[in-house]
Amino acid sequence: MNRKKIQILSIPYLIWIIGFTLIPLVFVVSKALVTPDDRLTADNLTAIFDSVHRKALITSLEVAFISSLICILISYPAALIIRSFRIKNRKAMIFVMILPMWMNFILRILAIQMLLSKNGIINHLLSILGLGQIEIINTTFAIILGTVYDYLPYMLLPVLNCVLAIPDDIVEASKDLGANRYTVLTRILLPLSLSGIGSGITMVFVPSMTEFVIANILGGGKILLLGNIIEQEFSVTMNWNLGSGLSVALMIFVLVSTLLFGRDSGADRGYVI
Amino acid sequence: MSKKLIELKKISKSFGNDLVIDELDLYIRENEFVTLLGPSGCGKTTLLRIIGGFETPDEGSVFFDGEDITKMPPNKRQVNTVFQKYSLFSHMTVAQNIAFGLRVKKKSNEEIQKKIEYALDLVNLPGFENRMPDSLSGGQQQRIAIARAIVNEPKVLLLDEPLGALDLKLRQEMQYELIRLKNELGITFIYVTHDQEEALTMSDTIVVMNQGYIQQIGTPEDIYNEPTNAFVADFIGESNIIDGIMLSDRLVRIGGQDFECVDEGFAPNEPVDVVIRPEDVELGPPENGQTTGTVTSIIFKGVHYEIQVASAIGINFMVQTTLNFPVGSFVGIRVIPDNFQIMHKPQSEDEEILDANAQTGAAHEP
Repeated sequence: MNRKKIQILSIPYLIWIIGFTLIPLVFVVSKALVTPDDRLTADNLTAIFDSVHRKALITSLEVAFISSLICILISYPAALIIRSFRIKNRKAMIFVMILPMWMNFILRILAIQMLLSKNGIINHLLSILGLGQIEIINTTFAIILGTVYDYLPYMLLPVLNCVLAIPDDIVEASKDLGANRYTVLTRILLPLSLSGIGSGITMVFVPSMTEFVIANILGGGKILLLGNIIEQEFSVTMNWNLGSGLSVALMIFVLVSTLLFGRDSGADRGYVI
Repeated sequence: MSKKLIELKKISKSFGNDLVIDELDLYIRENEFVTLLGPSGCGKTTLLRIIGGFETPDEGSVFFDGEDITKMPPNKRQVNTVFQKYSLFSHMTVAQNIAFGLRVKKKSNEEIQKKIEYALDLVNLPGFENRMPDSLSGGQQQRIAIARAIVNEPKVLLLDEPLGALDLKLRQEMQYELIRLKNELGITFIYVTHDQEEALTMSDTIVVMNQGYIQQIGTPEDIYNEPTNAFVADFIGESNIIDGIMLSDRLVRIGGQDFECVDEGFAPNEPVDVVIRPEDVELGPPENGQTTGTVTSIIFKGVHYEIQVASAIGINFMVQTTLNFPVGSFVGIRVIPDNFQIMHKPQSEDEEILDANAQTGAAHEP
């Protein structure tokens, strides 16, 4: 195909990215840098360090970090198990694991809410057994649980991709050279899976940093993530400038943390998912 | 003779319904260069993997230096493998690759450093310590794979078609390298290949396999000059394989004409396979021939011509000679008695299966 035809192929995406990414981004950044009466200011950006915002940022970080960690701790062993299966059995396992992705994510969170709520299924079962009730709903733990539930496939798929791509003969070669299971894991499998784990982190950590719906439903408005505050600035307080400022600050924060985390992420090796 | 280092006793292995190795017995002596030779699917790689510990035989035992190691995992065996696909660790430098086995064994840094240098010298790649495997050519990667295996000072080095992915010139170079390495290191090499030339060049002993059975074990000269059956004759080099009848000791009838040979001990009038190597068929003036024929094709092969001759006794001979006989020439054909190899036709049912399998096995060859 010649150059011109390739350029034509790029038009739909170009329209998309200009209309739905670039223009909104310019809009948000321009709002972020001015006061409501249009005077230039950096206050909207630095507002992220105010005590309420800082606290929300730290909670967001905590949720994103712990959720990513749990996702890795579930996905990596699962990927190793699937790797040990014969190829025809692998497909069924992968299918089961990504099945939840077929449901709308808000539905999934509402289902978790049903499970965890004060008069929900878990507490109901506990009271039948005479064990009394537990308070899970409206805690950070509930939000983390929901986040893990929602984002697990996004960790599992890139990790699985990467783990399954490691050739068997590499593993055999290491055993041949005297490596036991532990050494095979730490010196061969893990290092060769880092790109998958890297892109998994990007796909779990970044969206859960900016999460607010899960916090609304499972946090009951008692636990504020930075996403919740930004949402409120736009829809309740109607201070779009502050909302934009916090958004841009969060964007910068996410950008920096991805650069730190994901320098060797899979994106450059073709592992997008 | 040196002592037996590896002994395989009654080894059987199947994958699903596919019987790959059937009750195979084999021993390998210390410091031998043994080649397992056969067409794809003959079980040679499976046999190597059983020795390496990557497969467990369904039945039978593997002995190493008198000790039963059938169930021992690969990381505990005193053998190292050079894999077909090199299988270098792509996330490590050349030095880290070579050091891998030594680090696992917790050798000192000083010793590791020394051995890396020694191994790189041995495979003619000094100064490659900090290169990444991806930046090396196929031949260089294979040398590193060999270096990575031999620094562990294995008693046996297993090589699974290690030169298969290299081009012809490099392959020939590496064959000499491997012979040199074997002599310098004084260890046992077990080499798997489907390339008969490779096997003839390097081996002390060749084990010809087909369909999970050993067809013949012998020195390259034995295998080439005295193949035990038509499969071996056909697989090792090119051959004219002709139906004949053994009239009496040292006399065989082919296509109605009697020829002198040197073989004895056949039943009178026993049907036999007669094998004649193409380079053993001599062409000359018609009056000098035992029989005559017409040249039907001639192909220049570099060192020699390959000529097809339709003979008066109804048999097409393939001939390799340095002389040029144009198509249509009327020639005399001569074979001296020493160059007739007479073989029993398959008698028992088992042998027949082997022989039938031999045909299909050879057809699978890429």
